[in-house]
Amino acid sequence: MDQLPSALIFYGIAALVLVSAGGVAFSKNILHSAFALLGTLAGVAGLYLFLGADFVGVAQIIIYVGGILVLILFAVLLTNRIGDVRVTNLAVPAFGAAVPVLFSVIGLLWLVFRTPWPQTQAAAAPTTARLGDAFLREYLLPFELASVILLLALVGAVVIARRAARDEYLDKDPHHERLV
Amino acid sequence: MSLAHIGLHHYLVVSALLLGLGVLTVATRRNAVALLMGVELILNAANLNFVAFAHFVEGKVGGQAFAVFIILLAAAEAAVALAIVLAVFRGFRTIDTNATATLKE
Amino acid sequence: MPETLHGAAEFVTGIGPTHPGALLYLIPLLPLIGAAINGILGYFLQQRFGKKVISFLGVGVLLAAAVVAVVSFFQLLALPSGERTLVNKVLPMISIGSLQLDLTFMMDELSGTMSLIVTIIGMLIHVYSTGYMHDDESYWRYFSYLNLFVFSMMMLVLGDSFLLMFFGWEGVGLCSYLLIGFWYQDQAKATAGMKAFIVNRVGDFGFVVGLLFLFWSLGGVWFGAQYAPVHGLGSDASAREVRYVVARPAHASHGTAWRGDHGTPTTVAVRLGPTVSFRELKGQLTLKNAAGKRPIVDGGEVAVHSRAERGSAAVVKTEPLTLTYGGLANMLVWGIPVLFLACLGFFLGASGKSAQIPLYVWLPDAMAGPTPVSALIHAATMVTAGVYMVARLNFLFALSPGAMTVVAVVGAATAFFAATIGLFQYDIKKVLAYSTVSQLGYMFVGVGIGAYWVGIFHLLTHAAFKACLFLGSGSVIHGMHYVQHHPGHDDPGHGHDAHEPRDLRLEPDPSDPQDMRNMGGLAGLMPVTRWTYLIACIAIAGLPFASGFYSKDEILFKAFTTGNLVAPLAGKLVWTLCTLGAALTAFYMFRSYYLTFRYRAPSKAHEEHVHESPRSMTWVLVALATLAVVLSLLGLPKLWTGTDPLFERFLEPVFAAAALKGFAHASHGLEWGLMLLSVAIAAGGIGVAWLFYADEQKTAARLAALKERFAPLHRVVFNKYYVDELYAATVLRGTHGLARMLAWFDREIIDGLVNFCGWCGRVGAWLNGKIDEYFVDGAVNLVADIVIGSGQRLKRMQTGRINSYAYGVAVGVIAIALVAYFLPGVLK
Repeated sequence: MDQLPSALIFYGIAALVLVSAGGVAFSKNILHSAFALLGTLAGVAGLYLFLGADFVGVAQIIIYVGGILVLILFAVLLTNRIGDVRVTNLAVPAFGAAVPVLFSVIGLLWLVFRTPWPQTQAAAAPTTARLGDAFLREYLLPFELASVILLLALVGAVVIARRAARDEYLDKDPHHERLV
Repeated sequence: MSLAHIGLHHYLVVSALLLGLGVLTVATRRNAVALLMGVELILNAANLNFVAFAHFVEGKVGGQAFAVFIILLAAAEAAVALAIVLAVFRGFRTIDTNATATLKE
Repeated sequence: MPETLHGAAEFVTGIGPTHPGALLYLIPLLPLIGAAINGILGYFLQQRFGKKVISFLGVGVLLAAAVVAVVSFFQLLALPSGERTLVNKVLPMISIGSLQLDLTFMMDELSGTMSLIVTIIGMLIHVYSTGYMHDDESYWRYFSYLNLFVFSMMMLVLGDSFLLMFFGWEGVGLCSYLLIGFWYQDQAKATAGMKAFIVNRVGDFGFVVGLLFLFWSLGGVWFGAQYAPVHGLGSDASAREVRYVVARPAHASHGTAWRGDHGTPTTVAVRLGPTVSFRELKGQLTLKNAAGKRPIVDGGEVAVHSRAERGSAAVVKTEPLTLTYGGLANMLVWGIPVLFLACLGFFLGASGKSAQIPLYVWLPDAMAGPTPVSALIHAATMVTAGVYMVARLNFLFALSPGAMTVVAVVGAATAFFAATIGLFQYDIKKVLAYSTVSQLGYMFVGVGIGAYWVGIFHLLTHAAFKACLFLGSGSVIHGMHYVQHHPGHDDPGHGHDAHEPRDLRLEPDPSDPQDMRNMGGLAGLMPVTRWTYLIACIAIAGLPFASGFYSKDEILFKAFTTGNLVAPLAGKLVWTLCTLGAALTAFYMFRSYYLTFRYRAPSKAHEEHVHESPRSMTWVLVALATLAVVLSLLGLPKLWTGTDPLFERFLEPVFAAAALKGFAHASHGLEWGLMLLSVAIAAGGIGVAWLFYADEQKTAARLAALKERFAPLHRVVFNKYYVDELYAATVLRGTHGLARMLAWFDREIIDGLVNFCGWCGRVGAWLNGKIDEYFVDGAVNLVADIVIGSGQRLKRMQTGRINSYAYGVAVGVIAIALVAYFLPGVLK
């Protein structure tokens, strides 16, 4: 069957996603975690393409990999003295946290296999035009709200980070000489 | 669920495992940035579900639209959260969530 | 005419065909642009280029809006009577089931009149403000607010649905709050703004409750969802099915000069189902079948057509079918007709916005704002929004004589009650404020007794003469401003306790430019102000040949003959109260005129400092005074001309469909008698004012003797019947008491519960610790680890660590999802 190669590719991508996610979760070095996140995000983008969601896949690459991940790397580098081992300490004993998570995941998997899901696979077709149409019709309000939220987040981030920058400035200038 | 025929199950399994790893990251990491990465994992798991359901159940683009919204929200959230992380770092000189837990007891 | 259909119609409805009015959206949009520019960039513009730019922008957008309003109004006039409805659909907003809510502006005769009032008087007051506010630092902020107000008011007036009206309703409330507290550095003024805002919230609550009642009673059938997918559309969920009735507009069946296009009888489609659009609501409530029965109001069957829509395009037409209605009039809530409750809710909203009993208390305090604001918002436009709403919903109120009686009686009571308070006020703006409350009462009487056009006519004339009065008082205050800096010019001036409210003092404050006791003899110093003020006083007092006479007299006459209230006696009661109120009105208005402009010769300080206001202000006064006289032409009574008043004929199509019982026939002799009586009463009021206030030398002793005699009564009335104190003692103290009680509950009970939970956690942790220590030690290490983990966890639920919270949330959500799936009974 010609399904086999595509199935193999799927398993490959799924493995990439999960292994990288494992890296995010368990790596001792925060920088390694950040780079492992790259694998996960790219893998998920691949899965989107597999599902015929071309626009979402590309958006995932551009926004997550191009934007958020870079932001995270910046944050890591700005806030971390590399080599400081203490920051990678685990918050709670890993085992105590893992048990409920394990049970939850087992429950979810059980749920997945118990449910008779419908199996009407949609034909793969370019979705960008249809998505755009949906954004300007059914999802107009959420779409506009999203733009407002992005703006607010932008302003909020600038305000918060700027205050931090000003504090920094004051630290260097304890007698407030340059403020006047 | 056959191995060669990739169906909805496969995606849901990947998504569930991704969710579990994300929750684990959120639970165990003491570094605030790592915490954020865990949140991104969780969001990606949810997104994967949305797109998979759109593909296999809905047959339209509603699920994908939600996925795009979630990506947008994740971007906004990352920007604000990292600004907060920076602010916390200026104040505490660390982003260890144990050290910044001043509300404790 | 998109809604016009051709075909046989067995139904008649109150709505006529519509015409496109492509310019309508500009009327609110232009002031909004002005408000946005002035609000965002105003500060920089003013710093950079001076106040001229702000004035040009603020007045310019209003001028443009007024031009558009006038053009649209002429477009409206050019249409044949019965078809005068311009509709401008701007955006589709919400469509759920059969409910379709668009951003639609509608101009018919009623909203056209209101648009002219708001834009033209608004423009005049903007011009006046350029002079009045010229020395204020926050000039830009003022004009931004004022433009925003006009925007909101136009949304209220032109909006075709309850939602848009409510948007405007809240918007004008917000602007009113902003402008009353414009000088927010003054604690008292800021507080007055908050008072207005909060009292208005009570009314708005009524508005919403009324709307919910109405919507609920109309609803029940959400077409679309429960019907099978429309033929031809498959299972497309975005397609909606709309039911409608083809009906002939009422005017066509009346046999008036109504023609459809192409000379054939034209019909309109009346959409059924829950709606918030005025037009659709009116179409439904005025629907009559061939036998004259109203199926939706009285109950009955309606043969409906249905149409499937996707987006705005009709796709498939399906078979006609029949719907059975139970009838709105038969619907009861707690044993009370739902129509009555809905109308009562709307009237509560109207009485908040329009300052009627019991919610009138905010309006006198609202005089803290700049005087042009008092003229525009708190006299001419915003406070009339309630009257406009009742007139707009005439078809609804007409269905409930009980509600109409409430409106008329409350209006009459307010008209009389507020007039008595106005008698002894010394603050010139307070006199005008109470007079506004009183005149609004007359308007409510007009719309309450079913004479809608008179209510609106009084609204129109009142807008002109009261704006003129307020701006005249503003001109006087502007002239008297010097006393703030040079107190004690002719009065010994006692030291006053600053904490004592101004109104409770019987002695004048010499530094108060608004106190009429500090004025007197300004006639020669401010001639233009004086003459325009006098003309407006004549108009409001109801002397013939000035506009107030025609509107007020018609209201009194209609109240005397109305048959629309639950009992004929109610009309007579309303008439009595209103007639007494008219006498009081004439008295206190001329009292204010004499005290301000005559009474005594001007003092030296007055002659030195007081001078006529700048051209921009006097010009507006003259324009408004002219309007106050000229508007009479619209309402010359039938008794004089032989035909119905011009304005009545103009507004007739709006109100024609209301199910009224009508007015008793009155002989010409009775009509002449009532008219002469009201003239005599007005003249009597003026005469009494002259007797006591014409000249200090001659009348002061007379006045003092009278005051002495009725000292207790005077004190009660002077203190406004202690209503504010009453509210403070009941409502405010009640609220504070409730707050204290809740605080106690929070402190003692909730905190106790929280502490108890914490204590339980600690005990659990302690137990876990003990178990761990004594029983498990060395036995099963795995179990011990888990117990230690959960023990730690329980002990420190409040960790302050973000990880724990996020972890808890995530695992909790998963757990809930699993429980909901595997044990569906648990969560139900």
